Amino acid sequence: MFRALLYGSHRRPRELLWIFGVLIYLALMAEAFMGYLLPWGNMSYWGAQVIVSLFGAFPLIGDSLVEWIRGDYFISDITLNRFFALHVAALPLVLIFLVIAHILALHEVGSNNPDGIEIKKNKGPDGIPLDGIPFHPYYTVKDIYGLGVFLLLLAAVVFFAPEMGGLFLEAANFEPANPLLTPEHIAPVWYFTPYYAILRAVPAFAGTQVWGVLVMFAAILLLFFVPWLDRAPVSSIRYRGPLYKIALILFAASFIMLGYCGLMPAVQPFKALSVIGTAYYFAFFLLMPWYTRIDSHRPEPLRVRL
Amino acid sequence: MKLARTMLGIAVLAWPLAAVPATSGYPLQGAGTDVGNLASLQRGARNFVNYCLGCHSARYMRYSQVADDLALTEDELRENLMFTGTRVYDAMLTSMPADQARQWFGNTPPDLSLIARSRGVDYVYTYLKSFYADPARPTGANNAVLANTVMPHVLASLQGVQQPRYQTTTGQDGKPHEQLVGLEPGIAGEMSAEEFDGFVRDTVGFLEYVSEPAKAQRQSLGVWVILYLLMFVAFAYFLKKEYWKDVKS
Repeated sequence: MFRALLYGSHRRPRELLWIFGVLIYLALMAEAFMGYLLPWGNMSYWGAQVIVSLFGAFPLIGDSLVEWIRGDYFISDITLNRFFALHVAALPLVLIFLVIAHILALHEVGSNNPDGIEIKKNKGPDGIPLDGIPFHPYYTVKDIYGLGVFLLLLAAVVFFAPEMGGLFLEAANFEPANPLLTPEHIAPVWYFTPYYAILRAVPAFAGTQVWGVLVMFAAILLLFFVPWLDRAPVSSIRYRGPLYKIALILFAASFIMLGYCGLMPAVQPFKALSVIGTAYYFAFFLLMPWYTRIDSHRPEPLRVRL
Repeated sequence: MKLARTMLGIAVLAWPLAAVPATSGYPLQGAGTDVGNLASLQRGARNFVNYCLGCHSARYMRYSQVADDLALTEDELRENLMFTGTRVYDAMLTSMPADQARQWFGNTPPDLSLIARSRGVDYVYTYLKSFYADPARPTGANNAVLANTVMPHVLASLQGVQQPRYQTTTGQDGKPHEQLVGLEPGIAGEMSAEEFDGFVRDTVGFLEYVSEPAKAQRQSLGVWVILYLLMFVAFAYFLKKEYWKDVKS
């Protein structure tokens, strides 16, 4: 997704492709969250407890909604059973269908390139884009290489650092789930912590916590609108002006900072940093129509350059 | 591409270090265990059944598994390690009844199957070394790592009894507080300090093995997997380069 923001792969004509991508991201979040309950460790239990109770913050329907998700009055075997079913059958099916839709949408428009220009504008006499290369063998061999690099990283974690110092497998999860014993410090797994920090950054207002929940969901829903928020005449970072470059670098830094704050207990300075990070997260997207339009741009080339 | 690489660099540098589990604040000592050291694990198993198993179980571990992994024959196993179970396939359960334990200590001694992973080896190592004399406690012993522990100092005959050293500091409320800052050797035990460190290290090493029996195996296997993948990546890279030769012109 970050590469899409770099090279403008979310932009016209690939809006549908981007939307399917964000849906896959959402489905993966649900898949990861439900899978995390399955070891039935104490952190699993309390993590699920915290996240499921988020839905209780909605006025009127909150309590019944939480009960409906859990299937019980607390996180119990019933919840474990349904999360298992969702994790191993329902959500993987959803993911498969989304991936198919993603690929279909891609075939309609073709891949983007680092120059962010449409290769279909320059076709040869045979109707094949001049700058296009076939997927096989070029991308199959390239992806085999990429697969090797990622397998190397994954194997290094699996064989030498499966716990990653408590970041991948938390110490508290080596104790069985215990509804009577809360872990000292409950934090979601590292890949959720940016959004957890956003959730905690929003204070209670008018007697309800629902605002933090709404802001967190808004932070994810906002991603759907990026193709229309981006008003730049060029796609790729190569030809964009300094405003977008700086905004994107700051966004990456602030997202990582939010992730770090989400791991930490809710004390200063992490509370203040979370608020700043959250404000910047929204500013990056909501001000995008403005700063991408006034930004200076270099002209795009006609043909793809390497 | 350059920008992308710079951003990746920033991301890698800013990678947060793992969250540290909160403890009493007493500094933990490095356990220095090695699950690949078979002799140390065997000594640790002996220590465990003699000093721990009286009260604590390791319910997710079987005697036969210990014998397999620690290169012991069934006779050696029965003679040296089996005091509670009757069959080699039995789990390592304590013979102390849970309800009586609760009467005696106020709490059931925790199962130690996963203690080395839920608390960390350094914690268990420092905990076992940090008992000190405290006449105010019913057992006569307190612990610097886990204050007011109900566990008695079962290794007192080996380690001896340590004396606490306090420092008076002024707290936030302006009143003086006595704070534990260290432990000093008091009555000597059967072992020297170095011998006792080794004893605890072996025991904690065994607990580390129990909490993840395949740890030594995964580490030695991992080297071969990584070497294979490095070779695979090298070949894949040159294959890709060969195919892309005509594009990159």
